[in-house]
Amino acid sequence: MLTLSNVDAGYGTFQALFDCTLEVNAGEAVAVIGPNGAGKTTLMRVISGLIPARGGQMDMEGRDLVATAPHRIVELGIAHVPENRRLFPRMSVEDNLRMGAFVPSARAAFSRRLEFVYDLFPRMKERRHQFAGTLSGGEQQMCAIGRALMSEPKLLLLDEPSAGLAPVIVQRIFELVRVIREQGLTVLIVEQNVQQVLRVVDRAYVLEAGSIRMSGAAEELAASDEIRRLYMGL
Amino acid sequence: MGKIDTRVWLVIIAATLFVCLAYVPAIVREGDFGFAVSDVFLYESMINGLLLGGVLALLSLGLNLIFGVVDVVWICYAEIVMLGMYGIYYLHSVYGVPLPIAMPAGIMITAAIGYAVHHLVIRHLLDSAPINQLLATGGLLFFFQSVATLAFGIDFRNLGVSLGSFPLTDDIYISWSRLAAFIVAAACVAFLYLFLTRTFMGTAIRAISQDREIMTLMGAAQGRLYLISSAIGGGLAGLAACLLVLQYDVHPFVGLSFGPITFMICVLGGLGNMVGGFIAAFIFSELIALGGYHFDLEWGYVFAFVFFIAMMFVRPEGIMGRRS
Repeated sequence: MLTLSNVDAGYGTFQALFDCTLEVNAGEAVAVIGPNGAGKTTLMRVISGLIPARGGQMDMEGRDLVATAPHRIVELGIAHVPENRRLFPRMSVEDNLRMGAFVPSARAAFSRRLEFVYDLFPRMKERRHQFAGTLSGGEQQMCAIGRALMSEPKLLLLDEPSAGLAPVIVQRIFELVRVIREQGLTVLIVEQNVQQVLRVVDRAYVLEAGSIRMSGAAEELAASDEIRRLYMGL
Repeated sequence: MGKIDTRVWLVIIAATLFVCLAYVPAIVREGDFGFAVSDVFLYESMINGLLLGGVLALLSLGLNLIFGVVDVVWICYAEIVMLGMYGIYYLHSVYGVPLPIAMPAGIMITAAIGYAVHHLVIRHLLDSAPINQLLATGGLLFFFQSVATLAFGIDFRNLGVSLGSFPLTDDIYISWSRLAAFIVAAACVAFLYLFLTRTFMGTAIRAISQDREIMTLMGAAQGRLYLISSAIGGGLAGLAACLLVLQYDVHPFVGLSFGPITFMICVLGGLGNMVGGFIAAFIFSELIALGGYHFDLEWGYVFAFVFFIAMMFVRPEGIMGRRS
């Protein structure tokens, strides 16, 4: 579904990604794990067009992502749940979801999509008139995921969904990843919470200092001594 | 809670200042409390201040809308109003176009100017340092003034339309043009509020002013929303021009008589905060009106500016601004 080959990217004179090659197949859940500052968020931002790729190829179902204008990428079926959720804080939950359905196809299907998201997250329906900035951390994450789902994506990019949440809530968020997969979505997730994320994905890539260092099936990586020592503190 | 408390205090302080400014000078001057509270000219000033506030609120709304969305302050905003006033003046007084057609045409002209300012200038400076953006819009101010001087000369021109006035009570007369300006401005503020809260495009404009990058992820072409907001901002300048051309003479430097004050209203209200700007417009207009009543008209502006400077020490982020 999504293929990246030899992608380079960076900010100004700083290069954050070197020669990254990665693939996500339809129906899969794939994680990208790695330490702080490894370039995980940059990787997500390159895919959704927020920063330009400086080299390499990216395509989504045969469509060239590098040549697609940033605001058109969502139309190809890629929805990005950004780091720190980035809701519109002084707008209601429902208005946030409305903006998630900005593209014409989703705008036409707005009420159906809204119902879908409210079914998935009944809590969002209860809070639909509340300002998004007043929600709890876990609710904000739900709202951010809901907003991304409004565009009826095929591929969901999740950037650190568990960051800053209490352990109980983190559990619930990973549970959500499972639910989203059951809806037939493909998921690419970036996480520092390695132990938990490896339980909900099929495969994972290890990103270190801007390069993909390893990849493999989730159980394999979870069992690997190196991963356990470096990322799980075991 | 802390935030709300501050705002309540500000309202109390503002109300106290207002009462002091309104009554204390008259009581001191007359030495008589009863006369001061029954002084009809005082109430006339207050009403005129309120009516002036409507137009100032409209002006600050346009500037705030553009700033909130595009994040660039248009120093030249009042000069667009000036061009709109010229447009209406020429269409009506020179070419004989009736006002009901000349005024909408004036609004279209300024909306087009707003569009052009963004398309030709601002668009290329979005990633520049804020100081360069300010210098560019400041440069446009002089550009517009010079163009107006070259094209129209420095004569004061008057539409020659007087709507007259009507008596509110036996002693208080209200000018129709001021009342109309207030009503139209208030209606426009209400209309804009509904547009921003009830329509999809309005919601998108609010959203982009809260997080511009994320709107790209949602599939919005930033450039298009910027152009729409700039054109609406320009159109609001044109509407203000319609209201002002009925009250004031047009000349190339007329923008200076309300440009700086519009800018200060926006800062006092919290830049980009439309509700704050709305409230600040009335605080300023009342300060000007009451200061002008008790002393001289110029003193009204002195009070307004001193109040502004004092508020910048007390609350630099503006009445409704958020500390960043």
